[in-house]
Amino acid sequence: MDNESVITSILKPEHQIPIPKPLKMEEENKVTLHRTWYSPFAKRVELALKLKGIAFQYVEEDLQNKSPLLLNYNPVYKKVPVLVHNGKPLAESLCIIEYIDETWKNNSPPLLPEDPYKRAKVRFWTAFIHHQLHETSFAVMTTCGEAQEKAIKELSEKLQVLEEGMKEFFPDGSPKISNDSMGILEITICSLFGAFEIQEQVLGIKIIDPEKTPLIFSLLTAINQVPLVKESAPPFDKTVATLKAFRERNLSSIKS
Amino acid sequence: MEKSDVKVKVLGSWSSPFVLRARIALNIKSVNYEFLQERLWEGKSELLLKSNPVHKKIPVLIHGEQPICESLIIVQYIDEAWSSGPSILPSDPYERATARFWAAYLDEKWFPSMRSVGIAQGDDAKKAAIAQVEEGLALLEEAFAKCSKGKAFFGGDQIGFLDISFGSFLGWLRVTEKMSETKLLSEAKTPALLSWAHKFCSHPAVKDVMPDTEKLAEFSKTILARFRGAAPPKS
Repeated sequence: MDNESVITSILKPEHQIPIPKPLKMEEENKVTLHRTWYSPFAKRVELALKLKGIAFQYVEEDLQNKSPLLLNYNPVYKKVPVLVHNGKPLAESLCIIEYIDETWKNNSPPLLPEDPYKRAKVRFWTAFIHHQLHETSFAVMTTCGEAQEKAIKELSEKLQVLEEGMKEFFPDGSPKISNDSMGILEITICSLFGAFEIQEQVLGIKIIDPEKTPLIFSLLTAINQVPLVKESAPPFDKTVATLKAFRERNLSSIKS
Repeated sequence: MEKSDVKVKVLGSWSSPFVLRARIALNIKSVNYEFLQERLWEGKSELLLKSNPVHKKIPVLIHGEQPICESLIIVQYIDEAWSSGPSILPSDPYERATARFWAAYLDEKWFPSMRSVGIAQGDDAKKAAIAQVEEGLALLEEAFAKCSKGKAFFGGDQIGFLDISFGSFLGWLRVTEKMSETKLLSEAKTPALLSWAHKFCSHPAVKDVMPDTEKLAEFSKTILARFRGAAPPKS
Protein backbone atom coordinates (compact mmCIF):
# COMPACT_ATOMS: atom_id res chain seq x y z
CA MET A 1 0.00 0.00 0.00
CA ASP A 2 2.63 2.62 0.72
CA ASN A 3 6.26 3.36 0.11
CA GLU A 4 7.42 4.05 3.62
CA SER A 5 9.72 1.62 5.34
CA VAL A 6 7.33 -0.36 7.48
CA ILE A 7 8.44 -2.91 9.96
CA THR A 8 6.18 -5.84 9.30
CA SER A 9 7.46 -8.07 12.03
CA ILE A 10 5.06 -7.57 14.88
CA LEU A 11 5.87 -7.80 18.55
CA LYS A 12 4.74 -10.97 20.25
CA PRO A 13 1.08 -10.49 21.22
CA GLU A 14 0.68 -9.71 24.92
CA HIS A 15 -2.21 -9.38 27.31
CA GLN A 16 -3.04 -6.08 28.91
CA ILE A 17 -0.06 -5.03 30.93
CA PRO A 18 -1.06 -4.25 34.50
CA ILE A 19 2.32 -5.08 36.04
CA PRO A 20 5.61 -4.50 34.26
CA LYS A 21 7.10 -7.84 33.30
CA PRO A 22 10.81 -8.46 32.94
CA LEU A 23 11.57 -7.27 29.41
CA LYS A 24 13.26 -9.27 26.73
CA MET A 25 16.55 -7.66 25.72
CA GLU A 26 15.16 -6.55 22.39
CA GLU A 27 12.12 -4.90 23.99
CA GLU A 28 14.08 -2.63 26.31
CA ASN A 29 14.05 0.95 25.13
CA LYS A 30 12.26 -0.12 21.95
CA VAL A 31 9.85 2.50 20.64
CA THR A 32 7.09 1.50 18.26
CA LEU A 33 4.43 3.74 16.75
CA HIS A 34 1.20 2.15 15.57
CA ARG A 35 -0.27 4.50 13.02
CA THR A 36 -1.76 5.08 9.62
CA TRP A 37 0.14 7.41 7.32
CA TYR A 38 -2.85 9.70 6.82
CA SER A 39 -3.89 10.05 10.49
CA PRO A 40 -3.22 13.61 11.70
CA PHE A 41 -3.10 12.36 15.29
CA ALA A 42 -0.42 9.80 14.47
CA LYS A 43 1.46 12.48 12.54
CA ARG A 44 1.75 14.47 15.77
CA VAL A 45 3.50 11.62 17.55
CA GLU A 46 5.72 10.91 14.54
CA LEU A 47 6.86 14.54 14.48
CA ALA A 48 7.52 14.58 18.22
CA LEU A 49 9.68 11.45 18.00
CA LYS A 50 11.60 12.71 14.98
CA LEU A 51 12.17 16.17 16.45
CA LYS A 52 13.63 14.61 19.56
CA GLY A 53 15.80 12.29 17.48
CA ILE A 54 14.26 9.17 18.99
CA ALA A 55 14.75 5.95 17.04
CA PHE A 56 11.47 4.15 16.49
CA GLN A 57 9.67 1.68 14.30
CA TYR A 58 6.36 2.09 12.54
CA VAL A 59 3.59 -0.44 12.50
CA GLU A 60 1.23 0.61 9.75
CA GLU A 61 -2.34 -0.24 10.71
CA ASP A 62 -5.22 -0.92 8.36
CA LEU A 63 -8.13 0.83 10.04
CA GLN A 64 -10.62 -1.38 8.19
CA ASN A 65 -8.86 -4.41 9.62
CA LYS A 66 -7.23 -3.46 12.90
CA SER A 67 -4.51 -5.71 14.23
CA PRO A 68 -5.21 -7.73 17.40
CA LEU A 69 -2.19 -5.97 18.84
CA LEU A 70 -3.74 -2.54 18.35
CA LEU A 71 -7.03 -3.67 19.89
CA ASN A 72 -5.08 -5.07 22.82
CA TYR A 73 -2.99 -1.93 23.26
CA ASN A 74 -5.89 0.50 22.97
CA PRO A 75 -9.02 -1.34 24.09
CA VAL A 76 -10.82 1.88 25.10
CA TYR A 77 -10.73 3.65 21.74
CA LYS A 78 -9.24 1.03 19.37
CA LYS A 79 -7.53 3.87 17.50
CA VAL A 80 -4.16 5.03 16.28
CA PRO A 81 -1.78 6.36 17.34
CA VAL A 82 -0.47 4.00 19.97
CA LEU A 83 3.08 4.39 21.19
CA VAL A 84 4.74 1.35 22.73
CA HIS A 85 7.83 2.00 24.83
CA ASN A 86 9.55 -0.63 26.93
CA GLY A 87 6.64 -2.91 26.10
CA LYS A 88 4.09 -0.49 27.59
CA PRO A 89 1.38 1.03 25.38
CA LEU A 90 0.12 4.60 25.43
CA ALA A 91 -2.81 6.13 23.58
CA GLU A 92 -4.13 9.67 22.91
CA SER A 93 -1.70 11.77 20.94
CA LEU A 94 -1.42 14.74 23.30
CA CYS A 95 -0.83 12.46 26.31
CA ILE A 96 1.80 10.64 24.26
CA ILE A 97 3.58 13.86 23.32
CA GLU A 98 3.85 15.00 26.92
CA TYR A 99 5.15 11.52 27.79
CA ILE A 100 7.80 11.84 25.09
CA ASP A 101 8.78 15.28 26.36
CA GLU A 102 9.11 14.05 29.95
CA THR A 103 10.84 10.76 29.18
CA TRP A 104 13.39 12.21 26.78
CA LYS A 105 13.69 15.50 28.59
CA ASN A 106 17.37 15.84 27.76
CA ASN A 107 16.66 15.69 24.03
CA SER A 108 15.92 19.05 22.51
CA PRO A 109 13.66 20.65 21.56
CA PRO A 110 11.51 20.91 24.67
CA LEU A 111 8.00 20.33 23.41
CA LEU A 112 6.50 22.45 26.18
CA PRO A 113 7.97 25.53 27.86
CA GLU A 114 9.41 25.35 31.39
CA ASP A 115 7.41 28.14 32.98
CA PRO A 116 4.08 26.90 34.44
CA TYR A 117 2.03 29.81 33.09
CA LYS A 118 3.49 29.48 29.60
CA ARG A 119 2.85 25.75 29.74
CA ALA A 120 -0.76 26.43 30.66
CA LYS A 121 -1.16 28.75 27.69
CA VAL A 122 0.42 26.27 25.27
CA ARG A 123 -1.83 23.51 26.62
CA PHE A 124 -4.86 25.79 26.31
CA TRP A 125 -4.32 26.56 22.63
CA THR A 126 -3.28 23.00 21.82
CA ALA A 127 -6.54 21.84 23.40
CA PHE A 128 -8.46 24.49 21.46
CA ILE A 129 -7.07 23.23 18.15
CA HIS A 130 -7.60 19.60 19.19
CA HIS A 131 -11.17 19.94 20.42
CA GLN A 132 -12.64 22.87 18.51
CA LEU A 133 -10.87 22.97 15.19
CA HIS A 134 -10.54 19.27 14.39
CA GLU A 135 -14.24 18.58 14.71
CA THR A 136 -15.28 21.55 12.62
CA SER A 137 -12.62 20.87 10.02
CA PHE A 138 -13.83 17.29 9.80
CA ALA A 139 -17.35 18.58 9.19
CA VAL A 140 -16.12 20.84 6.36
CA MET A 141 -14.33 17.87 4.83
CA THR A 142 -17.20 15.40 5.02
CA THR A 143 -20.32 17.41 4.24
CA CYS A 144 -21.78 19.41 1.37
CA GLY A 145 -24.52 21.94 0.74
CA GLU A 146 -26.02 23.75 3.67
CA ALA A 147 -24.30 21.59 6.27
CA GLN A 148 -20.93 22.36 4.75
CA GLU A 149 -21.67 26.06 4.52
CA LYS A 150 -22.50 26.11 8.20
CA ALA A 151 -19.29 24.21 9.02
CA ILE A 152 -17.20 26.56 6.88
CA LYS A 153 -18.64 29.58 8.67
CA GLU A 154 -17.95 27.99 12.06
CA LEU A 155 -14.40 27.09 11.03
CA SER A 156 -13.77 30.62 9.86
CA GLU A 157 -14.97 32.04 13.19
CA LYS A 158 -12.82 29.63 15.18
CA LEU A 159 -9.79 30.38 13.03
CA GLN A 160 -10.27 34.07 13.89
CA VAL A 161 -10.17 33.15 17.57
CA LEU A 162 -6.99 31.15 17.00
CA GLU A 163 -5.48 34.04 15.02
CA GLU A 164 -6.00 36.33 18.03
CA GLY A 165 -4.59 33.73 20.38
CA MET A 166 -1.44 33.23 18.34
CA LYS A 167 -0.54 36.92 18.51
CA GLU A 168 0.72 36.43 22.04
CA PHE A 169 3.09 33.69 20.86
CA PHE A 170 4.28 35.49 17.75
CA PRO A 171 3.98 39.19 18.55
CA ASP A 172 5.96 40.45 15.58
CA GLY A 173 3.64 38.66 13.17
CA SER A 174 6.30 36.66 11.37
CA PRO A 175 7.00 33.32 13.03
CA LYS A 176 10.44 31.84 12.49
CA ILE A 177 10.25 28.13 13.11
CA SER A 178 13.09 25.65 13.02
CA ASN A 179 13.56 22.03 14.15
CA ASP A 180 14.59 23.49 17.52
CA SER A 181 11.59 25.73 18.06
CA MET A 182 8.85 23.25 17.18
CA GLY A 183 6.74 22.37 20.19
CA ILE A 184 3.44 20.67 20.95
CA LEU A 185 1.47 23.69 19.69
CA GLU A 186 3.28 23.83 16.34
CA ILE A 187 3.01 20.05 16.01
CA THR A 188 -0.73 20.13 16.66
CA ILE A 189 -1.54 22.93 14.25
CA CYS A 190 0.67 21.31 11.63
CA SER A 191 -1.12 17.98 12.03
CA LEU A 192 -4.45 19.60 11.24
CA PHE A 193 -3.67 22.33 8.75
CA GLY A 194 -0.18 21.54 7.49
CA ALA A 195 -1.78 20.11 4.37
CA PHE A 196 -4.16 23.06 3.99
CA GLU A 197 -3.27 23.53 0.31
CA ILE A 198 -4.25 19.94 -0.37
CA GLN A 199 -7.50 20.42 1.56
CA GLU A 200 -8.20 23.57 -0.45
CA GLN A 201 -7.54 21.75 -3.70
CA VAL A 202 -9.89 18.90 -2.85
CA LEU A 203 -12.67 21.12 -1.52
CA GLY A 204 -12.30 24.03 -3.95
CA ILE A 205 -12.47 26.56 -1.11
CA LYS A 206 -10.03 28.67 0.86
CA ILE A 207 -9.36 27.28 4.30
CA ILE A 208 -6.36 29.32 5.47
CA ASP A 209 -6.84 32.75 3.93
CA PRO A 210 -3.68 34.92 4.17
CA GLU A 211 -5.90 38.01 4.30
CA LYS A 212 -8.27 36.84 7.02
CA THR A 213 -5.73 34.95 9.15
CA PRO A 214 -2.30 36.23 8.10
CA LEU A 215 -0.54 35.01 11.23
CA ILE A 216 -1.86 31.44 10.97
CA PHE A 217 -0.98 31.46 7.27
CA SER A 218 2.60 32.62 8.01
CA LEU A 219 2.92 30.14 10.87
CA LEU A 220 1.84 27.19 8.72
CA THR A 221 4.08 28.29 5.87
CA ALA A 222 7.03 28.53 8.27
CA ILE A 223 6.26 25.15 9.85
CA ASN A 224 6.00 23.50 6.45
CA GLN A 225 9.53 24.69 5.66
CA VAL A 226 11.02 23.04 8.73
CA PRO A 227 13.27 20.26 7.35
CA LEU A 228 11.83 17.46 9.48
CA VAL A 229 8.26 18.48 8.66
CA LYS A 230 9.06 18.68 4.96
CA GLU A 231 10.64 15.25 4.84
CA SER A 232 7.79 13.71 6.87
CA ALA A 233 5.10 15.00 4.53
CA PRO A 234 3.58 12.22 2.47
CA PRO A 235 3.54 12.66 -1.34
CA PHE A 236 1.19 15.41 -2.56
CA ASP A 237 -0.70 13.36 -5.16
CA LYS A 238 -1.18 10.42 -2.87
CA THR A 239 -2.63 12.67 -0.16
CA VAL A 240 -4.95 14.44 -2.62
CA ALA A 241 -6.24 11.09 -3.88
CA THR A 242 -6.76 9.73 -0.36
CA LEU A 243 -8.50 12.87 0.84
CA LYS A 244 -10.79 12.87 -2.21
CA ALA A 245 -11.71 9.24 -1.60
CA PHE A 246 -12.26 9.96 2.10
CA ARG A 247 -14.62 12.82 1.28
CA GLU A 248 -16.51 10.75 -1.31
CA ARG A 249 -16.97 7.86 1.14
CA ASN A 250 -18.39 10.19 3.78
CA LEU A 251 -20.67 12.03 1.36
CA SER A 252 -22.10 8.81 -0.05
CA SER A 253 -22.75 7.45 3.44
CA ILE A 254 -24.76 10.59 4.20
CA LYS A 255 -26.79 10.16 1.04
CA SER A 256 -27.48 6.44 1.55
CA MET B 1 7.70 38.54 45.20
CA GLU B 2 7.03 35.26 46.97
CA LYS B 3 4.34 33.08 45.46
CA SER B 4 2.49 33.26 48.80
CA ASP B 5 2.13 37.05 48.48
CA VAL B 6 0.40 36.81 45.15
CA LYS B 7 -3.39 36.74 45.25
CA VAL B 8 -5.20 33.67 44.03
CA LYS B 9 -8.83 33.74 42.90
CA VAL B 10 -11.10 31.07 41.56
CA LEU B 11 -14.06 32.12 39.43
CA GLY B 12 -16.68 29.44 39.61
CA SER B 13 -19.81 27.96 40.99
CA TRP B 14 -20.46 25.64 43.94
CA SER B 15 -22.22 23.14 41.65
CA SER B 16 -19.63 22.73 38.89
CA PRO B 17 -17.49 19.59 39.03
CA PHE B 18 -14.88 21.36 36.92
CA VAL B 19 -14.58 24.19 39.42
CA LEU B 20 -14.33 21.62 42.20
CA ARG B 21 -11.17 20.26 40.63
CA ALA B 22 -9.41 23.60 40.95
CA ARG B 23 -10.50 24.02 44.58
CA ILE B 24 -9.40 20.53 45.61
CA ALA B 25 -6.01 21.04 43.95
CA LEU B 26 -5.50 24.35 45.78
CA ASN B 27 -6.52 22.70 49.04
CA ILE B 28 -3.96 19.93 48.52
CA LYS B 29 -1.29 22.61 48.15
CA SER B 30 -2.69 24.55 51.15
CA VAL B 31 -3.06 27.65 49.00
CA ASN B 32 -5.41 30.35 50.25
CA TYR B 33 -7.70 31.68 47.58
CA GLU B 34 -10.73 33.87 47.13
CA PHE B 35 -13.72 32.07 45.69
CA LEU B 36 -15.81 34.28 43.42
CA GLN B 37 -19.20 32.67 42.85
CA GLU B 38 -20.66 33.39 39.43
CA ARG B 39 -24.35 34.24 39.55
CA LEU B 40 -25.42 31.67 37.00
CA TRP B 41 -28.80 33.01 35.98
CA GLU B 42 -27.79 36.65 35.91
CA GLY B 43 -25.37 36.51 33.01
CA LYS B 44 -21.62 36.10 33.13
CA SER B 45 -19.54 38.51 35.14
CA GLU B 46 -17.25 41.09 33.54
CA LEU B 47 -14.30 39.39 35.16
CA LEU B 48 -15.21 36.01 33.66
CA LEU B 49 -15.69 37.44 30.18
CA LYS B 50 -12.40 39.29 30.46
CA SER B 51 -10.38 36.38 31.84
CA ASN B 52 -11.81 33.68 29.59
CA PRO B 53 -12.82 35.48 26.39
CA VAL B 54 -12.42 32.33 24.27
CA HIS B 55 -14.78 29.97 26.09
CA LYS B 56 -16.48 32.28 28.63
CA LYS B 57 -16.62 29.33 31.01
CA ILE B 58 -15.81 28.50 34.60
CA PRO B 59 -13.50 27.64 36.24
CA VAL B 60 -10.91 30.33 35.80
CA LEU B 61 -7.94 30.49 38.13
CA ILE B 62 -6.48 33.96 38.47
CA HIS B 63 -2.98 33.93 39.90
CA GLY B 64 -1.90 37.51 40.43
CA GLU B 65 -2.96 39.01 37.12
CA GLN B 66 -2.67 35.81 35.13
CA PRO B 67 -5.82 33.87 34.18
CA ILE B 68 -5.65 30.14 33.59
CA CYS B 69 -8.61 28.31 32.01
CA GLU B 70 -9.78 24.73 31.49
CA SER B 71 -9.99 22.63 34.65
CA LEU B 72 -7.41 19.96 33.81
CA ILE B 73 -4.97 22.62 32.65
CA ILE B 74 -5.62 24.53 35.88
CA VAL B 75 -4.92 21.47 38.04
CA GLN B 76 -1.64 20.85 36.24
CA TYR B 77 -0.73 24.52 36.58
CA ILE B 78 -1.40 24.37 40.32
CA ASP B 79 0.82 21.30 40.60
CA GLU B 80 3.64 23.01 38.72
CA ALA B 81 3.36 26.50 40.20
CA TRP B 82 3.27 25.26 43.80
CA SER B 83 5.88 22.60 43.28
CA SER B 84 6.93 22.43 46.93
CA GLY B 85 3.56 21.12 48.11
CA PRO B 86 2.38 17.48 47.84
CA SER B 87 2.51 16.30 44.19
CA ILE B 88 -0.71 15.99 42.27
CA LEU B 89 0.57 14.32 39.10
CA PRO B 90 2.53 11.08 39.63
CA SER B 91 6.28 11.37 39.23
CA ASP B 92 6.71 8.54 36.71
CA PRO B 93 6.10 9.65 33.08
CA TYR B 94 4.14 6.51 32.18
CA GLU B 95 1.88 6.91 35.19
CA ARG B 96 1.42 10.58 34.36
CA ALA B 97 0.42 9.72 30.80
CA THR B 98 -1.99 7.09 32.11
CA ALA B 99 -3.58 9.58 34.51
CA ARG B 100 -3.94 12.14 31.73
CA PHE B 101 -5.42 9.50 29.42
CA TRP B 102 -8.16 8.62 31.91
CA ALA B 103 -8.84 12.26 32.74
CA ALA B 104 -9.38 12.97 29.04
CA TYR B 105 -11.61 9.89 28.79
CA LEU B 106 -13.71 11.14 31.70
CA ASP B 107 -14.24 14.53 30.13
CA GLU B 108 -14.71 13.44 26.53
CA LYS B 109 -16.66 10.19 26.95
CA TRP B 110 -17.77 9.34 30.44
CA PHE B 111 -19.20 12.61 31.76
CA PRO B 112 -21.21 13.26 28.56
CA SER B 113 -22.66 9.75 28.90
CA MET B 114 -23.68 10.50 32.48
CA ARG B 115 -25.29 13.79 31.42
CA SER B 116 -27.28 11.84 28.81
CA VAL B 117 -28.96 9.86 31.58
CA GLY B 118 -30.52 13.04 32.92
CA ILE B 119 -31.65 14.21 29.52
CA ALA B 120 -32.89 10.86 28.17
CA GLN B 121 -36.63 10.71 27.53
CA GLY B 122 -38.41 7.40 27.96
CA ASP B 123 -37.42 4.13 29.61
CA ASP B 124 -35.50 2.67 26.69
CA ALA B 125 -33.39 5.75 26.21
CA LYS B 126 -32.69 5.92 29.92
CA LYS B 127 -31.69 2.26 30.08
CA ALA B 128 -29.34 2.68 27.13
CA ALA B 129 -27.77 5.77 28.66
CA ILE B 130 -27.28 4.03 32.01
CA ALA B 131 -25.70 1.03 30.29
CA GLN B 132 -23.14 3.33 28.69
CA VAL B 133 -22.26 4.93 32.01
CA GLU B 134 -21.85 1.49 33.58
CA GLU B 135 -19.58 0.37 30.76
CA GLY B 136 -17.38 3.33 31.50
CA LEU B 137 -17.39 2.58 35.20
CA ALA B 138 -16.27 -0.98 34.50
CA LEU B 139 -13.28 0.41 32.62
CA LEU B 140 -12.54 2.80 35.46
CA GLU B 141 -12.78 -0.01 38.03
CA GLU B 142 -10.09 -1.82 36.08
CA ALA B 143 -8.02 1.34 35.75
CA PHE B 144 -8.26 1.85 39.50
CA ALA B 145 -6.72 -1.58 40.16
CA LYS B 146 -3.79 -0.79 37.85
CA CYS B 147 -3.19 2.77 39.04
CA SER B 148 -3.71 2.33 42.78
CA LYS B 149 -1.64 -0.86 43.07
CA GLY B 150 -3.57 -1.85 46.16
CA LYS B 151 -3.55 1.57 47.78
CA ALA B 152 -6.51 3.81 48.67
CA PHE B 153 -6.45 6.19 45.71
CA PHE B 154 -5.66 6.29 42.00
CA GLY B 155 -2.67 8.35 43.08
CA GLY B 156 -1.58 5.79 45.69
CA ASP B 157 -1.53 6.80 49.35
CA GLN B 158 -2.57 10.36 48.52
CA ILE B 159 -5.16 11.75 46.15
CA GLY B 160 -3.73 12.72 42.79
CA PHE B 161 -4.67 13.98 39.35
CA LEU B 162 -7.00 11.15 38.40
CA ASP B 163 -8.66 11.08 41.83
CA ILE B 164 -9.44 14.78 41.43
CA SER B 165 -10.53 14.44 37.79
CA PHE B 166 -12.93 11.61 38.54
CA GLY B 167 -13.86 12.42 42.12
CA SER B 168 -15.12 15.85 41.14
CA PHE B 169 -17.99 14.09 39.33
CA LEU B 170 -19.15 12.11 42.39
CA GLY B 171 -21.74 14.70 43.44
CA TRP B 172 -23.39 14.55 40.02
CA LEU B 173 -23.02 10.78 39.92
CA ARG B 174 -25.01 10.55 43.15
CA VAL B 175 -27.65 12.90 41.79
CA THR B 176 -27.91 10.73 38.66
CA GLU B 177 -28.31 7.63 40.85
CA LYS B 178 -31.06 9.35 42.80
CA MET B 179 -32.96 10.63 39.77
CA SER B 180 -32.70 7.39 37.81
CA GLU B 181 -33.19 5.17 40.86
CA THR B 182 -30.15 3.12 39.91
CA LYS B 183 -26.99 2.33 41.78
CA LEU B 184 -24.17 3.18 39.40
CA LEU B 185 -21.42 2.41 41.89
CA SER B 186 -22.15 -0.84 43.69
CA GLU B 187 -20.56 -3.53 45.82
CA ALA B 188 -21.44 -6.06 43.13
CA LYS B 189 -20.03 -4.32 40.07
CA THR B 190 -17.57 -1.65 41.25
CA PRO B 191 -16.47 -2.54 44.78
CA ALA B 192 -13.13 -0.78 44.54
CA LEU B 193 -14.61 2.44 43.16
CA LEU B 194 -17.35 2.37 45.80
CA SER B 195 -14.76 2.25 48.55
CA TRP B 196 -12.59 4.83 46.80
CA ALA B 197 -15.52 7.24 46.43
CA HIS B 198 -16.17 7.17 50.13
CA LYS B 199 -12.52 7.79 50.99
CA PHE B 200 -12.23 10.55 48.39
CA CYS B 201 -15.25 12.44 49.70
CA SER B 202 -13.97 12.19 53.27
CA HIS B 203 -10.52 13.51 52.38
CA PRO B 204 -9.64 16.81 54.11
CA ALA B 205 -8.96 18.54 50.80
CA VAL B 206 -12.37 17.48 49.47
CA LYS B 207 -14.98 17.30 52.21
CA ASP B 208 -15.58 21.01 52.68
CA VAL B 209 -15.92 21.78 48.99
CA MET B 210 -17.80 18.72 47.70
CA PRO B 211 -21.39 19.92 47.16
CA ASP B 212 -24.18 18.34 49.14
CA THR B 213 -26.08 15.77 47.04
CA GLU B 214 -29.54 17.01 48.08
CA LYS B 215 -28.67 20.57 47.19
CA LEU B 216 -27.28 19.43 43.84
CA ALA B 217 -30.40 17.37 43.14
CA GLU B 218 -32.62 20.42 43.72
CA PHE B 219 -30.34 22.48 41.53
CA SER B 220 -30.40 19.88 38.75
CA LYS B 221 -34.20 20.04 38.64
CA THR B 222 -33.91 23.77 38.03
CA ILE B 223 -31.42 23.26 35.21
CA LEU B 224 -33.48 20.49 33.64
CA ALA B 225 -36.59 22.65 33.69
CA ARG B 226 -34.73 25.45 31.97
CA PHE B 227 -33.14 23.01 29.51
CA ARG B 228 -36.49 21.58 28.52
CA GLY B 229 -38.12 24.98 28.44
CA ALA B 230 -35.49 26.85 26.50
CA ALA B 231 -32.11 26.52 24.84
CA PRO B 232 -29.60 25.31 27.47
CA PRO B 233 -27.29 28.02 28.81
CA LYS B 234 -23.75 27.33 27.58
CA SER B 235 -21.76 27.12 30.78
